[in-house]
Amino acid sequence: MSDDVLVRVEKVTKIFRRGSEEIRVLEELDLEVRRGEFLALMGPSGSGKSTLLNLIGGLDRPTGGTIAIGGDRIDSLSDRQLAAWRARHIGLVFQFYNLLPVLSAERNVELPLLLTSLSKAQRRKHVAAALEAVGLSHRSGHQPLQLSGGEQQRTGIARAIVTDPTILLCDEPTGDLDRKSGDDILGLLQALNREHGKTIVMVTHDPHASQRASRTVYLNKGRLFSEAPE
Amino acid sequence: MKFVGLVWSNLKRRKLRTALTILSVTVAFVLFGFLGAIKQALIGGIDLADATRLIIRHRVSIIQNLPESYKARISRIPGVVAVTHLTWFNGIYQDPQNFFASMPVEPDGLLDMYPELSLPQDQLDAWNASRTGAVAGRQLADRFGWQVGDRISLVSPIWPRAGANEAWEFDIVGIYDATKRGIDTSGFYFRYDYFDEARSYGQGLVGWYLVRSDSPENSAAIAAAIDEEFLNSPAETKAMPESAMAQDFIRQFGDIAALVTAILSAVFFTILLVAGNTMAQSVRERTGELGVLKAIGFTNESVLAVVLAESFLIAGIGGLAGLGLALGLTAAFAPTVANYLPGFYITRGDILLGLVLTVGLGFVAGILPALEAMRLRTADALRRIA
Repeated sequence: MSDDVLVRVEKVTKIFRRGSEEIRVLEELDLEVRRGEFLALMGPSGSGKSTLLNLIGGLDRPTGGTIAIGGDRIDSLSDRQLAAWRARHIGLVFQFYNLLPVLSAERNVELPLLLTSLSKAQRRKHVAAALEAVGLSHRSGHQPLQLSGGEQQRTGIARAIVTDPTILLCDEPTGDLDRKSGDDILGLLQALNREHGKTIVMVTHDPHASQRASRTVYLNKGRLFSEAPE
Repeated sequence: MKFVGLVWSNLKRRKLRTALTILSVTVAFVLFGFLGAIKQALIGGIDLADATRLIIRHRVSIIQNLPESYKARISRIPGVVAVTHLTWFNGIYQDPQNFFASMPVEPDGLLDMYPELSLPQDQLDAWNASRTGAVAGRQLADRFGWQVGDRISLVSPIWPRAGANEAWEFDIVGIYDATKRGIDTSGFYFRYDYFDEARSYGQGLVGWYLVRSDSPENSAAIAAAIDEEFLNSPAETKAMPESAMAQDFIRQFGDIAALVTAILSAVFFTILLVAGNTMAQSVRERTGELGVLKAIGFTNESVLAVVLAESFLIAGIGGLAGLGLALGLTAAFAPTVANYLPGFYITRGDILLGLVLTVGLGFVAGILPALEAMRLRTADALRRIA
C-alpha cells in the first residue's frame, strides 16, 4: 500500500432498487487513484461511471465495500459529516455546468466559500483568484445566460477550485461543448493538474478527451478494466 | 447573513410570481387591519367600560324614558357615589345625513362620570354660565369646522322645540378631547335644563341614568338594589354594568368577533395555499440547483434554512407592507367613518397579532417545501438534470 494513493475504492458494490427490481451497477469494484494523477474514466452509457464518481465524491453511498479518500473512510460518515467533508475536499465540475442562473459568475464561484469562515473581503479575493486562474476575470459580473458554454464551464471549474479542494471530480466536462471550447477546457484541467498538482478524476465518453489524462480506465457492466474491453 | 444574497436572488428568479404572491399576502394583511379596526370600533366600548359605572334604563327598552325624579332616590341607595342622566336627542345639522350622538346632560355630572373626557376649566365655567351652551367632541368639531363661539342650529326628529320654530339654537362654548385612545370624541352635549324647559313635550323625563358605585365588587349588588327600589312602579328599571350594556348593544349586530375571525381564517387559509403552492413550485423547479448546493457542501439543514428563509421573506415583506398600508388607510378613513364607527383604529394588540401571523404564515407556507428540499438526495437531484 503506497502513501501516495489518494483515493482507495475497495470491493465497492452499488445496487439501485426500482420497485422489486434490483439493478447492480457496480460489482465488487477496486480502484486506486494516486495523488496528483489525472485519471480518465471511460465506458458506455449505463456502465456506472457517474455512479462511481458520485461515490468517490461522497454524493452517494455504496451498497457494499469501502471508500477512503486521503485515508478518511467516507462511506461511514453521517450526512452532516459528509457535507462538511465535501465542502473541504471535493471540487465538482458538471457536464451541464449547473450554475445558479440567478447569480453572476462571481457569486456562483463564491457559493462554496459561504460555507467557510472567510470574511467577505477574503471571499472576494479567493473568487478573483479562481476566476483569474480560468481566464474569466473580465466576465465576472455576467449572469450564466450571458456567457457562452465554454465560459460557463470555466465558471464551473472556478467554483470547483475556489476552495482549493483535495480532488477535482469532473463528470463529462466537455460533453456539452463544441470541439474548440472542449479543448480549451481540457487544456485548463491539464494545467491545473500539471502546474498546481490537482488530482483529477474525469468521466468521459470522448477518447479525444481521455488522451489528456495521465491514465485511463474503462468501466463496463460494473467492472473496471485497464484497457478498453472488446 | 451570508445567505441573504442567495435567498434574495432566488426570489428575483420569477419576479412576477413573487410580486403577485407578496401582493396577495399584502392584501390579506390590509383586510386583517381593516377588519380589526371595524371590530375595535364595534366592540372597543367593552374594553373601555368602567367597572364602577352602571347604566339604569327602562326595564322595557332604552327608548322608554325614566322620570327625572329617580335621580334623588338612586343617589340615596348605599354604595352610589354619583348619579347623572342622559337623553337621546338625535340632533341633525343642516342635512339629514349629518346626524351624530347628541344628548342633553348635566355638565358637571357628565364630566364627573366620564373622567376620560377632558374639557378646559374655563370652557366648563362658560358652559355652566350659558343655558344654550353646548360642547362638541374634537372629531365632530373638526368634521363641521366648528369653533368655540359659533352658534349652530340642530333639529331633532324626537324632541321638537316648543313654539313655531322647532329648531334648537346652541352656542358652542367648549370642545372636549379624550384622555386616552379609543374614546369617542364625535359627541355633542348640551344642558338638560335648557332642553327640558324648551321641549314641546315630555318634561321631567330623561333617557337613562349613569351611576358610579363605590367599588367594582359592589356594582352587581347596587344594580340589584336600584331595580328593587323601582319594582312595581310605572317605570321599572333595568340596571347593568356599562360593559354589559355595551355587549347587549353589540349583540344587535351579531357576534362580530366570531364573524371577523371566520372571515380572516378563510382569507389566511387561502393565502396560505397560494404562498405554500408558490414555495412548493419554486422548490420543484430548483431540484437540480438544490442538488448542486448539497453537492458543494451545503448541509440538509442549511438547504432547509435557505428555502424557509425565502418563505419568511415573502410573508415578511407582504405582511409588513399590508400592516403598514392598513395602519395608513385606517388613519385616513377614520374621520370619514367616525359618524358610524367611532374608535376606528388598529389596536397595538392587533398589530402584534399581525406580526405573529406574518411569522406563522412564513413558517407554515415554507415548512413542507423546505422539508422536501432538505430530504432531497443529492445524487438523485443531480441525475434529474443530467
